[in-house]
Amino acid sequence: MATTAEQPDATVSGVDIHLERLCKTYPGGHGVAVDDVSMDIPAGEIVIFVGPSGCGKTTTMKMINRLIEPTSGTITIGGQDTLSLDPDKLRRTIGYAIQQAGLFPHMTVAQNVGMVPSLLGWSKQRIAARVEEMLELVGLDAGEFRDRYPRRLSGGQQQRVGVARALAADPPVLLMDEPFGAVDPITRGNLQDELMRLQTELRKTIVFVTHDFDEAVKLGDRIAVLGPRSTILQYDTPDAILAKPSCDTVAGFIGAGASLKQLTLKRVRDVQLTEEAITARCDETPDEIRRQLEERGRSFALVLDDRDRPQRWVHVGQLAGVATLAEAGKPITDWVTTQSTLQDALEAILAEGGSAVVTKERGRYAGTIDIHTVMDTISHLRETHDSTPAAAPNSASADGPA
Amino acid sequence: MTAAGAGTLTAAPASGTGAGDAALRRAEAIRLWFQPVVAAALVAAMLIWVGVGNFDEIEAQTANFPSIGRLALEHIELSLMITVIVLLVAVPLGTALTRRWGKPAAPLFLAIANIGQAAPSIGVLVLFYLAVYQAGWSSFWISVLPIALYALLPVLRNTILGIQSVDAALLEAGRGIGMSRPLVLARLELPLAVPFILAGLRTSLVLAVGSATLATFVGGGGFGEMIDTGYKLSRTPVLVIGAVLAMALALLIDWLGGLAERWIGPKGLR
Repeated sequence: MATTAEQPDATVSGVDIHLERLCKTYPGGHGVAVDDVSMDIPAGEIVIFVGPSGCGKTTTMKMINRLIEPTSGTITIGGQDTLSLDPDKLRRTIGYAIQQAGLFPHMTVAQNVGMVPSLLGWSKQRIAARVEEMLELVGLDAGEFRDRYPRRLSGGQQQRVGVARALAADPPVLLMDEPFGAVDPITRGNLQDELMRLQTELRKTIVFVTHDFDEAVKLGDRIAVLGPRSTILQYDTPDAILAKPSCDTVAGFIGAGASLKQLTLKRVRDVQLTEEAITARCDETPDEIRRQLEERGRSFALVLDDRDRPQRWVHVGQLAGVATLAEAGKPITDWVTTQSTLQDALEAILAEGGSAVVTKERGRYAGTIDIHTVMDTISHLRETHDSTPAAAPNSASADGPA
Repeated sequence: MTAAGAGTLTAAPASGTGAGDAALRRAEAIRLWFQPVVAAALVAAMLIWVGVGNFDEIEAQTANFPSIGRLALEHIELSLMITVIVLLVAVPLGTALTRRWGKPAAPLFLAIANIGQAAPSIGVLVLFYLAVYQAGWSSFWISVLPIALYALLPVLRNTILGIQSVDAALLEAGRGIGMSRPLVLARLELPLAVPFILAGLRTSLVLAVGSATLATFVGGGGFGEMIDTGYKLSRTPVLVIGAVLAMALALLIDWLGGLAERWIGPKGLR
């Protein structure tokens, strides 16, 4: 077995990827698909390849796991030259998630997720345990979903299983090819949040291909804006690209409203959460909660389940005459995670009225965020942006490209 | 029509099934219990006739239980062997013709199989007999091989079609997570082509059972012998019993094929 095949078990975080003078030429006059691309992808970061369709971003990504063989140039993953490895064994050490998940329709969720571990020769018990762990990780109940077939899943659930499958063998590197391209915008936003939450736990090296600049800004630690033949127009942090696009093409690709997009760069974890809400467990008695609320002169309490996950808001007036907290009040319909952007938080606040619940890893309660916090942040962002007018990408020259 | 039913093999969630699709499925469900009843009724009627019928001496020589039992056995043996040959040849061949190295040869083999089916089976049978009878082949094999060629096309074509219809993105997903090419074939392409192959096999089976009645012309036995005898000696009861039993067997085999399509195909696609 190749040496890299053993590495994933030993390391939790990702490894760096280095592309060196990478070229891909197709024979028969189809020309150059990728022309002399060199790039360093730091360990544990999400790097987004973004660019118009047909710019060669997917080709570049597929050369990393050798689904497409480079014509010339080298790729090293964690210092190891990929061309020196057996392609099949190489791919088992690189997670791969694609659009519409690419789940095998004749295999159950468990078989799909357990595919790479079984290719690596893991024991049945170890695979079963891993499948359970992975489903839990992507927020699917193992008991409910393990034995389902993909077509009995929603698009979002399929995509989660796709991510679970990509992560099953704990690869240091994850390649994602427009993984959320085929789901509705709401599910898409949720999946993006989930990915960011996962990434804070796992710290993999993720190469993510998309043509959606907003998605790139939201997810990327770094963004590589690619032009024709995969040439790198700009490779920098989202903040830097939004503030100082390297050329008109990049500015055009960012589009209008760059300063608003910067708002989406602010995450809920970057602002001060309010932590004064009164919380109660499902199994506490309504009388006890009412006493607490009255003592502190408050009218609402937040009910958590046995794993600290927020469930419902309950008003002091609704506590009279109910036997258990599990049924009282109104369920929470919209909430955000610490990974969510302030834009998402604003939406949740509007939906919930006044303030929104924030959860941290595994859905546990973290605090609440209210409208004043968001407004303060907005005005602060505007002030800093106004003081650096040179960085504004909305110059007249940016209007050109469609 | 079966191919259309099995056509949604992609990873995408099953698109809503149209009303026409539902009607087809209901028709298929009715057929699944109706068909064996009809076949059993036909067999029972014929056997009762043989048991209580008033036959002359010549008729009684064939229209008796031991003789019918022997012919039935011969007919089933012929049909089974034809099916086994068809499966052993058509599935590997069809698979080979979808590989990168085999693709260029696909039109050639499909043309051969097409000719095999287009040519009248009795003609193929007799020509084959003339070609090999001096070599001392048994009449069983002389019957089986040409009929197998005749019944090859549906399985061959559906194997190719079934494998080709597997979503390319799915195969790339398989390769992308580290499945080797043979593994992609064994775990993805072939299992996903099973509904197509079974549909082709069902057609091939019916062709085989029907054509096996011709085996009698090269001495291969089967119900064709009763039909032939009854016709030549102008003994209508013998002819009718042979023909009806052959028909009932074909209905039964087709029903078994339907059951197989229903229960053997990959679970996630049903």
